[in-house]
Amino acid sequence: MSTAIDDNVIHGEWHVRYNYSVGKVAGHFFDGLKQRKILASSCSASGIAYLPPRAYCERAFEPCDGWVEAGHQGVIEAATIVTAAFENLPPPPYAIAYVRLDNASTALVNFVRGMDLSDVPAAAAKLKPGAKVKVVFKDAPEGRITDFHYELAE
Amino acid sequence: MAKNVVALIGTGQTKFKTHYADKTYIELAQDAAKLALDDAGMEPGEIDAVVFSMAPTQFMGVNDCDRWATSHVWGAGKPFMRIHAGGATGGSALQAGYVHIASGVYRSVLVVGADRVAETPDAQHILNLIWDRFYEHDFALNTVTMTALAAQRYMARYGTTEEQFARVVVRGRKNAMGNPYAHLRGDITVDDVMNSPRVSYPYKRFDICPRSSGAAAVVLTNLDIAKQKSTKPAFVTGVSAITHSVFMGDRMGVYSETEFSDHDGEHIAAYEAYRQAGITNPASQIQVAELYDPFSTFQFPILEGLGFCGRGRAAAISDEGGWDMDGQVAINPSGGTLCTNPIGVTGLVRIVDAADQIRGKAGQNQIKGVHNAVATAAGGSTQFFTVTMLGDDHAPAGRVQ
Repeated sequence: MSTAIDDNVIHGEWHVRYNYSVGKVAGHFFDGLKQRKILASSCSASGIAYLPPRAYCERAFEPCDGWVEAGHQGVIEAATIVTAAFENLPPPPYAIAYVRLDNASTALVNFVRGMDLSDVPAAAAKLKPGAKVKVVFKDAPEGRITDFHYELAE
Repeated sequence: MAKNVVALIGTGQTKFKTHYADKTYIELAQDAAKLALDDAGMEPGEIDAVVFSMAPTQFMGVNDCDRWATSHVWGAGKPFMRIHAGGATGGSALQAGYVHIASGVYRSVLVVGADRVAETPDAQHILNLIWDRFYEHDFALNTVTMTALAAQRYMARYGTTEEQFARVVVRGRKNAMGNPYAHLRGDITVDDVMNSPRVSYPYKRFDICPRSSGAAAVVLTNLDIAKQKSTKPAFVTGVSAITHSVFMGDRMGVYSETEFSDHDGEHIAAYEAYRQAGITNPASQIQVAELYDPFSTFQFPILEGLGFCGRGRAAAISDEGGWDMDGQVAINPSGGTLCTNPIGVTGLVRIVDAADQIRGKAGQNQIKGVHNAVATAAGGSTQFFTVTMLGDDHAPAGRVQ
């Protein structure tokens, strides 16, 4: 038997490419982003305005039958500050938050930018649930979810 | 329709560690299958069907590796089906096996699986790929960050501190010292946890489970065969599973029907499993809980959801030692998922450890007088929850058949 079992590995990698069809609902949402509008799909039966938008209201078992423009202000529902590097993810540090925007019933995830993250517990204290944030669009929106991010409102 | 009694008469698990240099994936799965069959006193020919427990296969790197494993776990020539519910996979696989026996379709079923999470260098890269490309994938979600989000929200709701979470790690590593199969174990301190590098607030490195390799299996059978084969089976007395929407943002705020940070799915599933098992006072009727807790922040909301204490109370009870091996309920005598996480079989390891406690086979970590044990699993974007009740009596008072 070889004595070098620990080193005897076969190397492998996967490279797979995809083209994801956007569909009508996400397509409408992305068109809105190009005009700096964040559009929630709404259901008149349940009164819920969904972000991300849905074709169907899971609560009322009815199709979503309208669109509501979400405000560019909202409150944090949950947040974290990432200080470790993960493969294929952004270089740390960065902050992530689920935010419930005005006029929306559900919370939408995005980065919170423009804050000092060097003292993690201190930064986390500013990102507590209930903290107010605003939406900041980039200069030339492309119709992608990455067209905007959050920043603390005060 | 009355359900048949389901008995668990064989368990098997391998040692868990980062790498297995001396075995392939299928050989690991085979080891667990052989251990469980030997424990049950069965030959492969006595097994009617095989349920294979396996979550994403991108960690170990052979796509849909269940088909690679079929004959190694003696599934050739039989019905063979893989179950995949993310981290909840092992709990769901056990419940699939349960249904096969309870329905009377099969007499004896082997539930088996293996995982090698560290075959690829960064599991979180792969876990990020479970989010859709339209709305959520771009925001660095993975199992670390998504559960850190829930933990931060839990802390804000209940005033829990990072030190209180650190005590869960200390207790888990200590319990794991008596578990020969555990991956991480040892005497560590709250300061050790607090001083480990920050990863994603509130997590430090020691708040997070290891990437484990290993395998687990159980043999389920009906009452007649159990009586022939086993002097002391563990009976599956309650099974329940709850699934949530993929969107975590639906479970926050005033419009939500469930609460993201409370792991509400576990609560709903628990009370259905308790109803079936005739459990009306979990804290006095259940002696052991094996919880799916890959992060230090999972135990408190789960313990509260399982009805062992009120919402927001688990951390204070933890501080006083109430969840220690000699506490009111022994929580994760095995050390739990925080010490050992072979994702595709972690939920099944919880079943193995809980069943071994019922059967008096838990070795150094055996708790005295275990009549009922509960095992949980959770997976997806805090999305799939299973609760399984095991007991030493197949017809306990209050049992709903």
